[in-house]
Amino acid sequence: MLLKGKVWRFGDDIDTDAIIPARHLNTSDPKELARHVMEDADKEFPAKVKAGDIIVAGKNFGCGSSREHAPVALQAAGIQAVVAKSFARIFYRNSFNIGLPIFESEEASAKIKEGDTIEIDADKGTIKNITTGEQYAANPIPPFMQELITAGGLIEWIKKRVKGAAA
Amino acid sequence: MTITERIFAAHAGKKEVSAGELINAKVDLILANDITAPIAIQEFKKTGAKEVFNKERVAFIPDHFAPQKDIKAAEQCKMLKDFSKEYRLGLYFEVGRMGVEHALLPEQGLVVPGDLVIGADSHTCTYGALGAFATGVGSTDVAAAMATGECWFKVPESIKFIYHGTLNKWVGGKDLILHTIGDIGVDGALYRAMEFEGEAIKNLPMYGRLTMCNMAIEAGGKNGIIIPDKMTEEYVKGRARRPYVFYSSDANAHYVGVREYDCSKIPLTVSCPHLPSNTKPAAELSHITIDQVVIGSCTNGRLEDLREAARVIRGKKVNPNVRLIVIPATQRIYKDAMKEGLLDIFIDAEAVVSTPTCGPCLGGHMGILAKGERALATTNRNFVGRMGHPESEVYLANPAVAAATAVLGKIGVPEELGL
Repeated sequence: MLLKGKVWRFGDDIDTDAIIPARHLNTSDPKELARHVMEDADKEFPAKVKAGDIIVAGKNFGCGSSREHAPVALQAAGIQAVVAKSFARIFYRNSFNIGLPIFESEEASAKIKEGDTIEIDADKGTIKNITTGEQYAANPIPPFMQELITAGGLIEWIKKRVKGAAA
Repeated sequence: MTITERIFAAHAGKKEVSAGELINAKVDLILANDITAPIAIQEFKKTGAKEVFNKERVAFIPDHFAPQKDIKAAEQCKMLKDFSKEYRLGLYFEVGRMGVEHALLPEQGLVVPGDLVIGADSHTCTYGALGAFATGVGSTDVAAAMATGECWFKVPESIKFIYHGTLNKWVGGKDLILHTIGDIGVDGALYRAMEFEGEAIKNLPMYGRLTMCNMAIEAGGKNGIIIPDKMTEEYVKGRARRPYVFYSSDANAHYVGVREYDCSKIPLTVSCPHLPSNTKPAAELSHITIDQVVIGSCTNGRLEDLREAARVIRGKKVNPNVRLIVIPATQRIYKDAMKEGLLDIFIDAEAVVSTPTCGPCLGGHMGILAKGERALATTNRNFVGRMGHPESEVYLANPAVAAATAVLGKIGVPEELGL
């Protein structure tokens, strides 16, 4: 799977209140959530983000609340992947569970700049910076998480187990 | 094994597990609220499961935007009610019976020592105070566990935090955990179990332990946990609705790190905007004026928290420039506080007392900040826009500091009021 897109940069400790403020959580409609994505970190972001864009951030991306609305809002806004130095653990789980591709890479996080175009090879775990010609390695995705992705997310993976249990 | 590993081993049907191992474990209780349950319900229906794995082990608690603050919130709360009826859930808490989830479930004896609990709320880690493994997950994780009674976990590494000595006056669990987060940072325990021990923990009452474990997530922790002891027994005795097990850590258990603190050096502590790790001694912040004080939440909305605040504010008035909002975390706490005369003390001081709700903690309702306003709260997060306008500010502190601040109109400590 190749993911190519233009980069928006964010810093360290981007919390889920910044990704989708709680004042908008009286709905779980992805389209409505997308209209407010990242607005407390960058007011203009919902207007300027385009389908296929990629977010590159610093450490501990997605810290704070367990709200699945955070990866859902990013996905619904068209963000096709997030690259960060590290992710907060609930955000990490949620992203795999809903099928938002995320990649940990210290090097990519340090070197990629806003506006760069990058291409992520999800199978090889490499990130190519088309703008600068550099290439970075992403941390390998654990085999179980790969199984989840192959199944199409946690619910698809569970479906087989629920049916298996009934049979 | 550590206590966290022992609980995992018991719930995965294994003799032993070790950090890093990926396991599937049985869960004892699953919870979700009016923000997270709607997505869980939608995903649960996709699994094809005809019923939940156990009707008495799935708790739905509308507490965040309840009592229903607007039409959209009401629609979300109604989803919980309808689902609970349709699937005959035994643990649905309607307004009037509900409370802030992490105060309510331990109070009602629905979480017990040795449990493995997941909740679609990041502060689910609160129950580690009872010697349970409890962690926050997303709505889809909850949906999957509602169908199967199981959840996948990576067994975390553990860090031990040892608190030596005795606490300074007015210092409590909140100060210990804020000080710790200030020390290790908001990702200082990322993916890891935080095990709290030492003389100060041994002497720390259950409400203080619940406050500490509640904020493990604010250091990135997977769970906070305290090995159960006499204090735990006292708390769960007569309350637990199920048999419970006291697990412990082996003498040779492996820890990736040990942090030790001398409690005589831990002052009343405040987290400044916009991260819980941005801590300073409260006494150094007396130049900061405050517009709103909130006493409540899953972190500090228990009866003993209200008692501490009342001890400070008794016979005084809230500063004319401040709104003080007191939110008992559950109906029982509300009633007990009323019987003890605590609510009289707050109301006589010209504070407002709210029905239980998460409310302002997450900028939901019941005390939202305008642009440029500044709050001091006993809650758990001070991110940008957390309690209202993106250009408002939140400071975090314990209930005694909050009460002193409400009287002084600026960040203050009880000593300034001669206490």
